[in-house]
Amino acid sequence: MSRIPLPYNPKVLDLFQHPKNLGKMEDATVVAVAGNPACGDMVTFYLKITDQDVIEKASFESYGCAANIATSSIVTEMVKGLTLKSAWEDITWKKVTEEVGGLPSIKFHCGVLAVGALKRAIRVYFEKKGAAPDWVPKDHTFEEKQALEEEELAKMLSKRLKTEEEKK
Amino acid sequence: MVENVKELLKLHEGIKHEVYLDNENSTMVPQEVIDAMIPYYNKKAYGNPTLTHKPGWEAFTAIMESSKKIADSIGAKNLEEINFTPGESEANNLALMGATAANATKGKKIVISEIEPINILNVTDLMKKQGYTTTKVPVNREEGLLDLEKLKEAVDKETALVSIHLVNNEIGTIQPIKEAIDIVKDRNPKALFHTDASDAYGRIPFNVQDLKVDMATLSSFKILGPRGSGALYIREGTNVERIIEGPIGTQKLWPGIENTPLIIGFTKASELAFNSFDANVARMRRMRDKLVNGILQTMTDIVYNGTKGDKRSPDNANISFRRCEGEALTIELSLKGVYVSSGSACSRRLLQPSHVLVAIGRHFSEAHGSILMKVTRYHTEEDINYVLDSIPSSVERIRGIVGSTGVD
Repeated sequence: MSRIPLPYNPKVLDLFQHPKNLGKMEDATVVAVAGNPACGDMVTFYLKITDQDVIEKASFESYGCAANIATSSIVTEMVKGLTLKSAWEDITWKKVTEEVGGLPSIKFHCGVLAVGALKRAIRVYFEKKGAAPDWVPKDHTFEEKQALEEEELAKMLSKRLKTEEEKK
Repeated sequence: MVENVKELLKLHEGIKHEVYLDNENSTMVPQEVIDAMIPYYNKKAYGNPTLTHKPGWEAFTAIMESSKKIADSIGAKNLEEINFTPGESEANNLALMGATAANATKGKKIVISEIEPINILNVTDLMKKQGYTTTKVPVNREEGLLDLEKLKEAVDKETALVSIHLVNNEIGTIQPIKEAIDIVKDRNPKALFHTDASDAYGRIPFNVQDLKVDMATLSSFKILGPRGSGALYIREGTNVERIIEGPIGTQKLWPGIENTPLIIGFTKASELAFNSFDANVARMRRMRDKLVNGILQTMTDIVYNGTKGDKRSPDNANISFRRCEGEALTIELSLKGVYVSSGSACSRRLLQPSHVLVAIGRHFSEAHGSILMKVTRYHTEEDINYVLDSIPSSVERIRGIVGSTGVD
């Protein structure tokens, strides 16, 4: 157990102080959640998608640290106006991290989670539509796997806690 | 990375008022303490206390007088029972590893509480490699008081050492150490009892002879002394071995040339804490109560962590804000000049929040949304009012980002 220095850069702080595209979207086409509050990081993505599969607008809500808020916010900016295909292919956690000016390595997972939520939203959209474009792989991408892993860990922790409580 | 932090600091320019409440993790050092230390760097007593010249003898005198003052402040029988170390962590390492090594025939079991400070937990983890097993005794929910029945079950003839802190560093709970020692010595008279008293020192009255502890850790910075200084009280007749080697001077259990100015600073901080002990404690309690009541009375969806009244240290306030992530809140408050820490551990892949808050029954998300604040005798009504003005709007802004996400 230890504490780690967190030298956030000004861009992260600016997005933390003035997040763009914050809040629930009432007319969202698709909503996706990633993470778990037990892990201290959870993000909800709202996407409004046109009939031509273009992201018209995106918004987010985040239960998380400054890095989580900043990366989620920047993803909603980056995807605006993109086709789902280019959002899927071009938005990687590395790009997101670069876009916020870099993150302390210990916070990389925040960017991964934001991209995981985005990919999840795109998947859900096509599932709902009953379509399966060939550029959406059957297997989960790195970011989706990481999100799942984090959620599994949270579940495991909660379960362990419950068993310990019962023992008491 | 340093450039980033410089930019962050620029964002703090123009802050009207600053209130430092993160006295758990480091403190400011009062000017009186610094003034007491400075002459010892170049005016007097800068010699090695074991050597035969005036600056050496001055240092010897200064260190012995400091030992006596620290000994008196905890009711120790004599000054030889005080062993200066470079801090709380070092004193805890010395107590656990040095005492078990010196009493190796006594068994290979260690008993601690499940809410010990990290610098005890990490030492017992390390001692696994030396063949020691550690039993963690649970605490009750909400209050965080040691379960004495479970302690009784945990101690047996193989128990070499029991280490239970006197006051919890995160939630301020005062542990029933006297009862715990009776139980331990009844179960196994040979088992040694150590307490990390860092968070009790200068806050609650205690006397090591009344308590009958074998060893007690004291920290300089936790009483507003300089960092890098601490002490381990070791009852006369208790065997403890050195855990690191080097030139031995006045401090038989910690090698290296004594850092006289830091010892002087530690001692001065102790004098300031104990000379007006009752008044200092009363002031801390008044400021803490004002802070806590001000928050509890005006805000919703919050939980006060730990116990209230006489069983809690007078300086400690720990509050969870539901639907609010703690690290984000510490940054938001910093930008307003209010400096606190959080039980959130949003800094690793496996994000485990404060083990203390989880032990007293907080949900993970409540632990992630917790804020730890410790007042000192230097805080004013104006300071607390400023904090009370800053917290609600900060929490509301973070809750605004959370929205409906993560509500469990």
